[in-house]
Amino acid sequence: MTTKLPVLGMLLALALLLPAPPAAAQMLINGAGATFPYPLYSKWFEEYIKVDPEVRFNYQSIGSGGGIRQITERTVDFGASDGPMTDEQLRKAPGPLLHIPTVLGAVVATYNLPGNPQLAFTGPVLADIFLGKITRWNDARIKAVNPSVPLPDQPIVVVHRSDGSGTTYIWVDYLCKISPEWEKAVGRGTSVKWPVGLGGKGNEGVAGQVKNAPGSLGYVELAYAVTNKLPAARIQNAAGKMVEPTIESTTAAAAAAARTMPADFRVSLTNPAGPEAYPIASFTWLLVYKDQPDEARGRALVKFLWWAIHDGQKHPAALLYAPLPASVVKQIEATLRQITYSGRPLLAAR
Amino acid sequence: MSPGGRRLVSSAVGGLTAAAAILVVCPLLLIFGFLLYQGVAALNPDFFLHLPKPVGEVGGGVANAIVGSFIVIGLAVAVGLPVGILGGVYLAESSDRRRPWVLRFVADVMNGVPSIVFGIFAYTVVVIPMRRFSALAGGFALGLILIPVVLRTTEEMVRLVPNALREAGLGLGLPEWKVSLRVVIPAARAGIITGVMVAVARIAGETAPLLFTALGNRFWHQGLDQPIATLPLQIYAYAIAPYDDWHRQAWAGALVLITLVFLASLAAKVATRGRTLAR
Amino acid sequence: MAIDSPAGAVALDRPSRPPAAVARGRRGLGDRVYRGLILASVWMVLVLAAGLVAALAWESWPAVRAFGFRFLVTSHWDPVAGEFGALPFIYGTLASSLLALLIAVPLSLGAAIFLAELAPGWIRPPVAFLIEMLAAVPSVVYGLWGIFVLVPWLRDWVQPPLGRTLGFLPLFQGPPYGIGMLAAGLILAIMVVPYITAVSREVLLAVPGSQREAALGLGATRWETTRIAVLRYGRSGLIGAILLGLGRALGETMAVTMVIGNRPEIAASLFAPAYTMASVLANEFTEATSDLYVSALVEIGLLLLLVTVLVNGLARLLVWSVGGPARGARA
Repeated sequence: MTTKLPVLGMLLALALLLPAPPAAAQMLINGAGATFPYPLYSKWFEEYIKVDPEVRFNYQSIGSGGGIRQITERTVDFGASDGPMTDEQLRKAPGPLLHIPTVLGAVVATYNLPGNPQLAFTGPVLADIFLGKITRWNDARIKAVNPSVPLPDQPIVVVHRSDGSGTTYIWVDYLCKISPEWEKAVGRGTSVKWPVGLGGKGNEGVAGQVKNAPGSLGYVELAYAVTNKLPAARIQNAAGKMVEPTIESTTAAAAAAARTMPADFRVSLTNPAGPEAYPIASFTWLLVYKDQPDEARGRALVKFLWWAIHDGQKHPAALLYAPLPASVVKQIEATLRQITYSGRPLLAAR
Repeated sequence: MSPGGRRLVSSAVGGLTAAAAILVVCPLLLIFGFLLYQGVAALNPDFFLHLPKPVGEVGGGVANAIVGSFIVIGLAVAVGLPVGILGGVYLAESSDRRRPWVLRFVADVMNGVPSIVFGIFAYTVVVIPMRRFSALAGGFALGLILIPVVLRTTEEMVRLVPNALREAGLGLGLPEWKVSLRVVIPAARAGIITGVMVAVARIAGETAPLLFTALGNRFWHQGLDQPIATLPLQIYAYAIAPYDDWHRQAWAGALVLITLVFLASLAAKVATRGRTLAR
Repeated sequence: MAIDSPAGAVALDRPSRPPAAVARGRRGLGDRVYRGLILASVWMVLVLAAGLVAALAWESWPAVRAFGFRFLVTSHWDPVAGEFGALPFIYGTLASSLLALLIAVPLSLGAAIFLAELAPGWIRPPVAFLIEMLAAVPSVVYGLWGIFVLVPWLRDWVQPPLGRTLGFLPLFQGPPYGIGMLAAGLILAIMVVPYITAVSREVLLAVPGSQREAALGLGATRWETTRIAVLRYGRSGLIGAILLGLGRALGETMAVTMVIGNRPEIAASLFAPAYTMASVLANEFTEATSDLYVSALVEIGLLLLLVTVLVNGLARLLVWSVGGPARGARA
């Protein structure tokens, strides 16, 4: 027994250090970023295994800020964000970065009240809640928009994101547009200085907080509210109508922007004109380098993106994301063809 | 105060401190009780054998996280064990010179560094240059936590080896290195292994340094230079999420983790019975 | 032969040391390689430690240059505007740790005294064992339990009555979130109790028996013996144990992040959410999108490192002063 134990230990260590179980033949492509589309992406990556069994996409939802940072540092193969990168952030990247829209989603106001009533809000009311000026649920201004709902005399527990978030970006982008006070006091970004509220990590964290704490009000992507049986408020849009967040109202929000889509796809969809449009919707983008550093991985990535904007668009509806408008898909196709390795396009002419 | 009064005070204080001891032990029972209550329900073969399911779907397991944890711990041991043992031998064998106090001081300081700081360090020196989150980076970060523990335990254990053993070896004509490697270290072997197990129990539950190094992986690991799932990271991700099924899996994962950690600590305790310097 | 000499007989009591003849004698190749490996390991540890400090200092330099001392005393944490003041995190870390100590120290010292002095012999091993097992519970498990057990309990059963009865004090004002400084302080208290108890117990056990015997010989009761002879003698060691617990609490990350509310604001109330240095690193490090943001976060990491090193260093000095420097790998 004298020397057997260390030898056994070393053998065990060696066994653990051997590369991988038989699955090692697969290519692993790593991505990180937005929690907003995570339910859809995790479904996509599961489905895509059937399309191309040789590749696995490992996506970690660490927030859009994380997606932007990690793709800039090139520690992942692709990033994901629902807040478009600023010009300054793009300049910092070591190469040209492309924004590839994948799907449309809605950011909803979700809350935890006894009896789970269906509430409605106007933009200014939401802004004032998040500014800390409206602090109780039975405030007159909330009652004015919800005359038939019994509102408790409870403090509003505001929940926001504690991490760098594209969902935050979409939310504060909307608040900036409808509240000059918000724009001056807080501004827009993936990580802002919140006047009030608790912080949750990721869409998951905010949904978890709202679900656990009575009287809370937070903002999450629609899929998170629905899968957790949390309510989604109706919001008044620019045309004055109270609109519910649905696939149709999200698609309506993109209608105007789809016609005038810029070449780099960085566009804001909040507070659009249009009677049926939901006011807090957005594209979400995958961030990829125009010049891929690795041919095999680059090709696998571009092939996936092609699938995502075509066959992949069958899946969003089940999770209440809205598919991309057809005109936008055409534009994305042209952009995907521009992705190169060593100057040669990765996508053969289709 | 009368003698009777003083005895009363003594008994009262005895009672108070006993109450304190009970209060101190209570949380452990509460925590373990909840873990059992909530976690046992989710323990099924699926949990141990399958990969996670897509977001929102029920079922799946944490098989890749359990394997990933073992791998990252193995890497940490590979990084930290040789350095820790050799450093501990150095301290034990040269305690009468001045220079060793630097190493001892540095090791003790490293012991108290918050693990998240090691995570930042590993991100800066491993993840960025490698351009990739990886199991190696995670193993490096955990290895940094392991080194000071192993180092100090080794020092203590090697010091316990009687000088006569070393002198016997030298007297037989063995060179110094053979005496250390084949006589002294094997004699202290049990204690050293114990120290390693204590350190492993500690790093098995570490989450913070892995946040920036191993990142996480929904699939089986594809190589040590790729992101990898680990049990503590998975528990954290599931705990802060809103899905009930994930919560159940978090409890089950925590039960598995705490069982492994307890077993390692227990084994270390049993092995060192009777071997410490003091009573 | 060394074994027969009187020096050899005495050497059994001394820790192992190479005989002088070899220490200065000639070395073969094996010895040189061995020595080389040992020195390489020693240097590796030193280089790693120095590298850690250097890397942190290097990365945080831009923030240090941009904000200087203001970083430590301003509360404005605004990534959009590029303004970073770390005071809320420093406050959160210190406040939660001090709250934890307030709760933990009386309990730990009481338990340690119980285990070392006053308990009947048969109770000591199992209770000591249970307390040491508490120290082995991973932080994320504490956090999990905190989110689903402690926080709802605080929110529904503790904070409302506290707010109603003691609400005139600023400490207990504000809506009962459950999540917040109180939850963080409680969880930290539970986490540091085993450390303080274990080290205090060792300090008390290290007090020479002669001290106790002298007091007992003078007719003291058990408690008086403990108070006069043991506690006074081991006082600095006990303070060291408390400081070790503090060092642990300062650096604790996961459990605190999960229950503290993640709000970078200084508030007087225990019910309010807060933010600690370790938590902001855990939440924001992988996603700080500007260089200055990263640099500010790393500066926080550097501060955390310095504070914990100082506290731990002081703690060890005090503990050693009672028991001697052999208490290596315990804490």
